[in-house]
Parts: sequence; structure tokens; C-alpha cells
Amino acid sequence: MQLTNLRVRRGQRPVVDGVSLTVNPGEFIGLIGPNGAGKTTLLRAALGLLPHEGQSSLALMPAIKRARAVAFLPQGREIAWPVRVADLVALGRVPYLTRGLSGQDRAAVELALDSMGLAGFHDRAATALSGGEQARVLIARALAQDTNLLLADEPVAGLDPEAQLRCMRVFADFAAQGRAVVAAIHDLGLAARHCTRLILLHQGRLVADGPPREVLSPTHLAEVFHVRGYQAETPDGLVFQPTALLP
Amino acid sequence: MTRAVPVNLTLGALVSALFAASLLVGPAALGLGESLRALLTGQGDAVVLIMREIRLPRAVLGLLVGAVLGLSGAAMQGYLRNPLAEPGLIGVSATAALGAVLALQTGLAAAFALALPIAALAGAAVSVLLILGLAGPRGGALALILAGIAISAMAGAGTSLVLNLSRNPFAVTEIVYWMMGSLADRSMLHVWLGGPFMLAGIALLLTLGRGLDALTLGEDAAQAMGVRMGRLRWGLILGTALAVGASVSVAGAVGFVGLVVPHVLRPWVGAMPSRLLPASALGGAAMVLAADVAVRLVAPDQDLKLGVLTALVGAPFFLHLIWQLRRVEA
Repeated sequence: MQLTNLRVRRGQRPVVDGVSLTVNPGEFIGLIGPNGAGKTTLLRAALGLLPHEGQSSLALMPAIKRARAVAFLPQGREIAWPVRVADLVALGRVPYLTRGLSGQDRAAVELALDSMGLAGFHDRAATALSGGEQARVLIARALAQDTNLLLADEPVAGLDPEAQLRCMRVFADFAAQGRAVVAAIHDLGLAARHCTRLILLHQGRLVADGPPREVLSPTHLAEVFHVRGYQAETPDGLVFQPTALLP
Repeated sequence: MTRAVPVNLTLGALVSALFAASLLVGPAALGLGESLRALLTGQGDAVVLIMREIRLPRAVLGLLVGAVLGLSGAAMQGYLRNPLAEPGLIGVSATAALGAVLALQTGLAAAFALALPIAALAGAAVSVLLILGLAGPRGGALALILAGIAISAMAGAGTSLVLNLSRNPFAVTEIVYWMMGSLADRSMLHVWLGGPFMLAGIALLLTLGRGLDALTLGEDAAQAMGVRMGRLRWGLILGTALAVGASVSVAGAVGFVGLVVPHVLRPWVGAMPSRLLPASALGGAAMVLAADVAVRLVAPDQDLKLGVLTALVGAPFFLHLIWQLRRVEA
């Protein structure tokens, strides 16, 4: 994915303001920034779901080709009907279907269910699951789409610690296979620990782009989030915790 | 897919049985063998006339009208992701009815047999133009609903105005009875006029299944899975207008089928919109055929209207479902 000077206006005010970036294979990119920084708008515009100026390589692709290249996990975890979990995850195969599900489609669905710890959930009604389980089912749906790029809008919000870590590990593994993930994440600790690269947005502009320990510098934290934080290297990797509000 | 096939087979068998029943029930007491022989071979004068010109069109229209209402109800609910949606929501039924009412009031309908259905089809066409103008190619679900409500209200006011100002009590009576919805006294002409539109609408709506499935996860997710929302919306509006417009033009307004049938069948097909579409078409056909046989059996001399019966039976049944749902959710 390549964005060149991407700009989205709401009325006259730019919500995303001249963002350029390139996503490379193997990267797990955390998109961070305060509420209203433009994270969701950036992801939607990159996919071509919003009118925009500038260029997004994804928005230029024909719909079906794009659907086979990039999967999107929207923020609103909408499940309109009480469909079976297996049927819901199989929706990820929609871009590939000619008639019914092929053996390859079924295999992709099983793999996605397993990787999210959902084996045995096949026949449950998706709407009857808990919020965290629903989020995992929706992530499995995106994985079943079997794309080289995954865009996720706050995939871990509202999940319990086990589900959060599982989700981050699945994304990291996904990227390690030579694919890439861009995920909007509010939890700076999770982003610091698991992402290979962070992109910091503030008022629609790209403020910082680089390895987590550089992006989470005291200056950026103060300017953008108005907090300070604690950073340390541990055997489990980089640990970051926002600790106090700045006056 | 494995669960939907037996459901469709069962419904298909039910529809076949009810279609046969529709051919065999009527005020003229005909023997079974006699009726079928007349229908298939054309042997026997009066019986052939009854079978081919009275009962066959009635059964065919019952089949088509029911299929159209069930199918478009399922498609509308799938698109709006709302189990309370029904085919009349985008204003097609109301404008088609207004067209028919104008034909009745002006006397055109009496002057020429097909004036009424043609006027109703014209009304449906007007509503499509209006809705596309108002809810545009990029409009969302909310714009569609609001535009539909506005168009329905306008057409409803037009119909009331005609009734209000009419100086012809016969026309008023005729309009009121027509609006109740019925399949009595329709001819093969009605089948040839409405049938192609209903079949085209059915064909178009049946192609929407995969897009509606993806829409279960919301518009953004569906678009990211390659579903072209503009095309989906076009197919829905055009398919519903063709199918429901034609159905109103030949049968009047038959309520509740498009609302109740998808609701009842949803649990049987695992709630997947793509499987619900064909099942609802069959279920709608079964409901309308059954109701149309029932009006002939319950009150053979009263000309009980089809639409009255579907609402009379449909509404309490719907209440029962809501009652059950309440217990599940509590």
C-alpha cells in the first residue's frame, strides 16, 4: 500500500491532511493518535471508501481485485443477523466465490477459526456470543479473506488480556509471513510491544513515523497526547506505560 | 447450504400442493379428473373455460404475487439489516396504488380492461424515478428509508384526496375494495401483463444474495469485500419496483406477506440473507396461495378479500412471534 499526499475534507476542514506513507511486506504498523486524529478516516480513505484527494494505491484497484489484496476490519463490530460463526467467517471468502464454497475456501475458514482460538464455535449463533468473542470471530473473518494486507480499525478495543495478546500475536505472525498489517490502536503499551513500526497522527497530519521507541518519545507524547510515560526494555520486549497527565 | 436445501424442497412441495389446490377449489363444483383433463387437454367446453380462464390465471398470479412479496421483503430486510422492513418501504406500493386509483376514478379502468394495471405500473415507475432522485447513487440506507416514507406519504395523500373529492360513490366503493387486494376475477391478460415484470424483478432480486450476505457485517466491510454498494442498491430498487409494482397492479395491496414470511423463515436458513431469498419467495407463494384458497372456502359467497385475510391471519401470528422473541430476550 502506498499513500501519496492523501487528503480528506469534511466541509472545508481537512480531517486527513497530506499523509504520505508506504507499507512494506513484513511490517506490523500501529496507527496511533488521540481521538479525532483521523485514524479511521485515513484507513477508510486508503481503501477508497471515502472521497479523497491525493492518491492511494488501494483505491485505484478494481473492487474485486482490491478485495483479494486487502482485508478491512471496521471499528463498528456489526453483525446484523444471528448467522452461524462458520458462515460468518466464510463471508471472508466472498471475493473468491464463483458458486459455493470450494475445498480451499473451507480450509481458509478452518485455519482462520483455529488461529483465533475459535475451534468448536462453528455452529454457535454469532450474535449470541460475548462482545470479545464476536470481535475474535470478526478478526477470523478478515483472516479468512487471505490477503497480503490487513487494515484493522481498533481490533483489540474491549478485549480481555488473553484475547488482546492473541490478536496481536496473530497480526505479528501474519506480518512475519511477508504480509503486512496496519492497525489503529489506542493502547500505546500494546502498540509499543508488538508493532514493528508506529505512525503517529495528530489533527490529520502525520507527526512521526518509525520504530516504537522513537515515535513514543517524550516530545511526541507531550505534544500530541499531553501525557508522559515510562519506557523500558524487558526480556518480553519494549514496555511502555503512560504514567501521568502533563499540566 | 446443506440446511437450506431441505427447507427449499419442503417449501417447494408445499407450494406445488397449494397451487394444485388453488386450481381445484372454486364455486363451480368440478370433479378432480374432469378439471385436470380440461386444463391439460382442452376437452369439455365450460370446464375448459373455468379452468383455463378463471382458475389458472388466479393460481399463477397467486404464485407470482406471493413469491414477489416474500422475496422483496427478504431483500429489503437484508439490505436495511432490519427485520421490520417490508417491500412497500420504498414507496412503490403506494404510488402503484395511486396510479390504479386514478384509473378507477377517471373511469379509464371501466373503459379498457388493462388501464388499471398499466396505470399502476406507471405509478411504480414514477416512484423509482423519485427514489433515485432523492436517495441518489451514493445515498445510504437512511436516505432510502426517508425518501420511501416521503413518497409513500405523498401517494397516500393523493389517494385520500381522490376519495375525498370523488362525487362518484361507485368509484369510491370500487377503489376501497380494490385497495384491499384480491386475486378474484383476474384473466390471463393480467398474467401476460404483470408476469414478465414480476419474473424480471424476481430474477434481479435473486442475484443480490452474496452482496446482502456481506452486508451483514456493515457497509464498509461489504465494500472492502468487493461488493459494489451502488449496484446493490440499484438492483434492490429496480427489482423491488418491477416485482412489487407489477404485483400491486394485478392484485392490489396484499399486506403482511413481505414482512412475516422472511421473519418466519430466517431461523430455518441459518439467517443467511442469500439463503433467505429463495426460501422467502417460496414461502410467500405458499402463504398467498393458501390465503387465496382460504378466502374461497371460508366465505364462498362473501367475496372476502385476500389482503384482508393475510393481514387478519398475519398480524396475530406476528404478535405470537414477538411474544416468543420477548421471552428469548428476557
